Amino acid sequence: MALNSPGEQQTSEFEKLLKQSTSELIEKVESGDLSDAVNLIQRINDERNRNLYLEVGRLTRALHDAITNFHIDMGVANPATEEMSKMANATDRLNYVIKLTQDAANQTMDKVDESAPVADRLRDQAGALRKDWARLVRREMKPEEFRDLYRRIDDFLKETEEQSNSLSGNFNDIILAQGYQDLTGQVLIKVITLVQEIEENLVNLVCMASQVDKITGIKHDNSDRPEEEAHAPEGPIINAEERVDVVSGQDEVDDLLSSLGF
Amino acid sequence: MKILIVDDFSTMRRIVKNLLRDLGFTNTHEADDGLTALPMLETGNFDFLVTDWNMPGMTGFDLLKTCRADPRFKDLPILMVTAEAKREQIVAAAQAGVNGYIVKPFTAAVLKEKIEKIFERIEQQ
Repeated sequence: MALNSPGEQQTSEFEKLLKQSTSELIEKVESGDLSDAVNLIQRINDERNRNLYLEVGRLTRALHDAITNFHIDMGVANPATEEMSKMANATDRLNYVIKLTQDAANQTMDKVDESAPVADRLRDQAGALRKDWARLVRREMKPEEFRDLYRRIDDFLKETEEQSNSLSGNFNDIILAQGYQDLTGQVLIKVITLVQEIEENLVNLVCMASQVDKITGIKHDNSDRPEEEAHAPEGPIINAEERVDVVSGQDEVDDLLSSLGF
Repeated sequence: MKILIVDDFSTMRRIVKNLLRDLGFTNTHEADDGLTALPMLETGNFDFLVTDWNMPGMTGFDLLKTCRADPRFKDLPILMVTAEAKREQIVAAAQAGVNGYIVKPFTAAVLKEKIEKIFERIEQQ
């Protein structure tokens, strides 16, 4: 990509001009035609500046376009969700993703917290009834106890019916809470597209900058580059299998720790 | 058993809290980073600390080192539950005196196993 950038072409044209002009310049200087020589130097300089301005302008426009397009896109593509069209930048969108995923996680956990005691209660009641039922089967039950069991079984069946309804309602809510996946997916794809556009433009900009350095002969001092903090947190590793400096799961953590005497 | 759970994401705190409750640990408290955890540790008389690594304010790694440098918390059992998976980080945490290290995503079984192992070791000492 960088090799075919217009910046590269213009620079090589500039280099061609520079090479052509060098012999001409020597000729002029040797023949004592100094004012022509100075004019020639001026022309080379102008051409160099023009190249730089052109390329910087082009990249600025491209960057600006990328950012502007991003803003417009989402509002038009998603008129249904008014909340989304209001969001004008990537940070807001990413925060929106965090919010949606957090809400979904909480809704899901709420429903599980609500359902678990229901299941526990049904299990306990069924267990108690089964014990008494076994006594009935073994004919160990007195008539008044049987009347009580009769009533409890009736209650239990009624409650099971009701609670099963509330459980399946909760399960449905849990399924619905996963709807964030579609919404966050759409938002993330937009952000990824923006990042890609910016990345491409940045690569061109860096390429351009290196050409500027080449033409102007600027050398950079890299010593003031901030050093990475030791053991700085990196967050989840996305490509663990491609890296040797990370573990790929709990088993490897355990192996590593036991090799340290843990 | 009084446990402090430190994580900047409330959902992760809730997951850990629920798993601990299933394991029979009901006395749990929460902090969202090292800076809020420290004053709680100082006054709360906690028996166990479960912490994430990557948090704003003060990371779990700094919290671990701060605890180990403080005579009051140098023996407090600390379990790290984190997405940080670099070998050098795990080694650094071990050298700093962590009692257990769990990488996210993790399972209830792993949490149970690590907590049991930590208490086994403490009893042996």
